[in-house]
Amino acid sequence: MGWLAHSAVKPWVFVLCLLPVFGLLWAIFTDGLGANPAEALIRSLGDWTLRALVLVLAVTPLRVATGVPALARLRRMIGLFVFFYATLHGMSYVWLDMGFDGAAVLADIPRRPFILVGTLAWFLLLAMAVTSSNRAIRLMGALRWKWLHRSVYAVAGLALLHFFWMRAGKNDFGEVTAYAVGIGLLLAWRLWRHLHKT
Amino acid sequence: MIIRSSDPGFQHPFPSEITPRSAYLGRRQWMQRLALGAGGAVLTGWAGRDAFAQGTVSARSAALPSVRSNLEGSQTIEKLTSFKDASSYNNFYEFGTDKSDPAVRAKSLRTRPWSVSVEGLVNKPRSFDIEDLMKMSAMEERVYRLRCVEGWSMVIPWVGFSLAELIRQVEPQGSAKYVEFVTLADRQVMPGLASGVLRWPYVEGLRMDEARHPLTMLAFGMYGEVLPNQNGAPVRLVVPWKYGFKSGKSLVKIRFVEKEPQTSWHVAAPQEYGFYSNVNPDVPHPRWSQATERRIGEEGGLLAKRRKTERFNGYEAQVGRLYTGMDLKRFF
Repeated sequence: MGWLAHSAVKPWVFVLCLLPVFGLLWAIFTDGLGANPAEALIRSLGDWTLRALVLVLAVTPLRVATGVPALARLRRMIGLFVFFYATLHGMSYVWLDMGFDGAAVLADIPRRPFILVGTLAWFLLLAMAVTSSNRAIRLMGALRWKWLHRSVYAVAGLALLHFFWMRAGKNDFGEVTAYAVGIGLLLAWRLWRHLHKT
Repeated sequence: MIIRSSDPGFQHPFPSEITPRSAYLGRRQWMQRLALGAGGAVLTGWAGRDAFAQGTVSARSAALPSVRSNLEGSQTIEKLTSFKDASSYNNFYEFGTDKSDPAVRAKSLRTRPWSVSVEGLVNKPRSFDIEDLMKMSAMEERVYRLRCVEGWSMVIPWVGFSLAELIRQVEPQGSAKYVEFVTLADRQVMPGLASGVLRWPYVEGLRMDEARHPLTMLAFGMYGEVLPNQNGAPVRLVVPWKYGFKSGKSLVKIRFVEKEPQTSWHVAAPQEYGFYSNVNPDVPHPRWSQATERRIGEEGGLLAKRRKTERFNGYEAQVGRLYTGMDLKRFF
């Protein structure tokens, strides 16, 4: 597992995390998004946000399991990718679905609980993204910073609820269950570790 | 008097002038090969099932000749949705809830032999063989807007005739106030039936005057061809002023009844889907607005603006009188 500590791992993970963007751009320009491209793009960006979230939650368990402390370097970057995809997801909704009509968005958010929940999750991600620098940790103090960044667990719950409500209209919970199990295991591992440490 | 302009409006091309489906399918396949070749494995997963399901368009259907209908409201001049979009982006939950599922999975549906049983409060109940049903009246082509309750819309040239023709033949009794439409539920070919999304078989219904309205049609084809399975072959209902789910696909039974039918979506979520489900921008779905819609294939593609949804999907002049004095917010 020593290769995980190699200095090239981080740039490679960076490129890997960007691939979906290139993929979607390719699809946009080759007419590959199907009959309803706006819907396909919004949903695909939502999927990638969830996947990045699973990935970032997996970093710490992976670090402990492999005993490669260098993996911690990836956490901030992948976390910022979660914010990046969530932002593209939200922007595509505001732009493609709502035509940049601020009043329509404000009217839509309270009407649709799943959008409200998604918006809340995005604001939490925003708070974490703007405090992601080393300077922010110093300014806030490690303890307060840690507390704020534990909201990633809230984001995980909100994101799952958002996805669940979106699929509820079709009673189609297969994928929702898969993500819930994945995220659930990653959180359960933390709980287990917390209980056994004390 | 109906005032007619001398401008004939948009003339739909003759079938012979339309680019053959094989030609544009060829282009698609070429694009896909390009995409797969260049993007390789990276591309395969993420572009999504929606995108790749586009490639799996069924073999060309048989032609279904028809004459252009001159019924008022039956020839919208709007740009037709492409056949490709209309036959690959479908809600047909019996074949799965993803809109790309029906085009892939409905291939296994056998549409011959097929019969439609007409029963209930009629003087002449009978079971129609599909071939006889198709000969009941002259096939007409009608170009209707289709508005889905989910907020998207298409413009489709259907081939068929008014349901009223069938209603006349079976002679409904005075006590028949509603018509119930039951669609196929065959576990052998419909994997979606295993899910509990809806109560199967899928049931829809209309009030008698709605069913008798000339715009209400039995469709056997679209785009000059026999209906693709995923669009409801061999016979489906098309009620253009109501949300799409009111237009049942692959009909097997038509019952004339006294009481309002228990329609599938209404049973599943009564507060979200009313019996009438007329297209109405002023009555939001509890979870989203119905004021606008996204026209599939709209000029501008990804960045196309949503359109304003019209009352009765733009058919108010033809059907508004059916609902005079009715509170459409209450009877949504």
